[in-house]
Amino acid sequence: MKKRLATVSLAGCFGCHMSFLDIDERILDLMKLVQFDRSPLNDFKKFKKRCDIGLIEGGCCNEENVHTLREFRKNCDVLVAIGQCAIMGGLPVMRNAIMHAEDPLRECLDTAYLNSPTVFNASNDIPNDPALPLLLDKVYTCAEVVKVDYQIPGCPPSGDTFWLAMTFLLKGTAADLPYELIKYD
Amino acid sequence: MAKTKVIEIEPVSRVEGHGKVSIHLDDHNNVQEARLHIVEFRGFERFIIGRPFWEVPVIVQRLCGICPVSHQLAAAKAMDVIVGAKKLTPTADKIRRLMNYGQIMQSHVLHFFHLCSPDLLFGFDADPEIRNVFGIIKKMPDLAVQGIMMRKYGQEIIRATSGKKIHGTGSVPGGVNKNLSVQERDSFLKEIDQMKKWALGALALAKNYTLEHIDMVREFAAFNSSHLSLVREDGALDLYHGNLRAIDAGGNIIFDQVDYKKFNDYIMEEVRSWSYNKFPFIKSRGHIDGWYRVGPLSRMNTIGFIDTPEAQKALEEFKGLTKGKPNHMSLAYHWARMIEVLHCVEKIEELLTDPDLQGNDLLVKGDRAEEGIGVVEAPRGTLFHHYRVNKDDQVTYCNLIVSSTSNNEAMNRAITKVAHDHISGKPKITEAMLNHVEVAVRAYDPCLSCATHALGQMPLIIEMYDVNGSLLERKGKCL
Repeated sequence: MKKRLATVSLAGCFGCHMSFLDIDERILDLMKLVQFDRSPLNDFKKFKKRCDIGLIEGGCCNEENVHTLREFRKNCDVLVAIGQCAIMGGLPVMRNAIMHAEDPLRECLDTAYLNSPTVFNASNDIPNDPALPLLLDKVYTCAEVVKVDYQIPGCPPSGDTFWLAMTFLLKGTAADLPYELIKYD
Repeated sequence: MAKTKVIEIEPVSRVEGHGKVSIHLDDHNNVQEARLHIVEFRGFERFIIGRPFWEVPVIVQRLCGICPVSHQLAAAKAMDVIVGAKKLTPTADKIRRLMNYGQIMQSHVLHFFHLCSPDLLFGFDADPEIRNVFGIIKKMPDLAVQGIMMRKYGQEIIRATSGKKIHGTGSVPGGVNKNLSVQERDSFLKEIDQMKKWALGALALAKNYTLEHIDMVREFAAFNSSHLSLVREDGALDLYHGNLRAIDAGGNIIFDQVDYKKFNDYIMEEVRSWSYNKFPFIKSRGHIDGWYRVGPLSRMNTIGFIDTPEAQKALEEFKGLTKGKPNHMSLAYHWARMIEVLHCVEKIEELLTDPDLQGNDLLVKGDRAEEGIGVVEAPRGTLFHHYRVNKDDQVTYCNLIVSSTSNNEAMNRAITKVAHDHISGKPKITEAMLNHVEVAVRAYDPCLSCATHALGQMPLIIEMYDVNGSLLERKGKCL
């Protein structure tokens, strides 16, 4: 019986998904063991069935990220936070505390949409259409929002790290990743 | 807008990053407008302020996990100016170019094989169960393996030149931090003939698809536009360095051989309330008509020639289709992309046999400057980085115009046209119709993480509202 695997990228750069694909030809072996449920690599936009494993890339920076992460928790037996953004917020978290800035998020928005010299902004508004999900006051890690079962560090974890971690996850045994594969870059 | 129905596609899938599409319909289901919303915001341009300048190439490449090298190189080129490195050593210049070719090769291959080929090979309206890379692996394993191995080759080139396949450290202000060892060189040379064979095969696949479906390709998401890219001084394709050239829809020059350090005088970005992605335009033509396209298709339109023989041959065939006039077909991006893959393989071969790659002279510096601008051709188009640095080495200003942002207006026009042609007036909206809209987005290979460098993602939903603004129907694909 193949295990069901779901993946998603929240507030990340997609690098973890790319690194996952760096398992290269081993993906052929992986496909003998898993069945992909929702993932940006296919067109399943909702969960089709309950999943054994959910891989999360990225932290939460808007309400939609939070909603998606909760959906994953609800639908996956084992939830794995992949990479620095999911585990610790990663680079985006730098906007949580900008020195001398009372409202860092506001400053980030002003810089991007009002004050840049190449900006033409007739209304002088920051994008605010209801179609855009609300930004959170700050960037949150996955574990601040839901219970996370495992974390695989790295920016991103290498293809080899993914491969080994997946084999442990699929066997359901405790992971024993060698020192060289654990990076906190 | 309140008095229309809106359908949403969310998330847009098999693209990089997070976005959604909303399609606005009137009472009779006639499409009035379609919008691609980029729903994420990160804020790199602000939070990088205060950081030491040598950190910048490694920080900003984390805008994007698919094209990190492009951001690394654009930032490093800007920082070359800051440290006063007027001309890099031959080793540094060539290592960076090699890295860039590896990057464009792997990104284009990933997009073509892993993300888009299911639409082309199985059909836009194929069963979603097989319409993905896993379906390709199952049904066409040989082709899938080619895609996987070509991407691996590009990724290995990046690892050898940048230290890691994703988010490496190879380019530093003033040069690079390593050369290419003889062992690395030999391992790449061993496989280069195989790569060229597969690149020719992929090119034939993209070309034949275009020619076999030419009536559809001429119509599908096609519209006239201006095009912009870097070109070399002699007009050749150069993905690492050059001057700006823009042409109008008829192929006439708007501006040419403009020093990219003056891009602020030529390009602006309009902010619209419904997307975190801005809408760049050519200043002299104004914000209504000044929009343009970038990326592989645009490059094939702007350049005079390609300086590698096989790719030049392919370019001539490509230009023959439109009798030398600019090609405006969105789906022709795929063909153009595969010409570039072939060009990258040829260039990689040329570089690998160059002894400069084993040189030890890696860094230069000179008089410190306060302002640096770096521009490269990323896989998805022209990428602009602009920084200022104070005397304490801290960044004080950062402005980025990324490739997928430049294609924002074009992508919106593409989905609007497809929605008109395939959804307008239909009583029931199917998953296949929605996938047509996504196929139009995918042609541009948008990198919506980049586009919201302000932090990104891109999923696709369709929501339908009645004339009073209440939600009728909400569809992700495969609900």
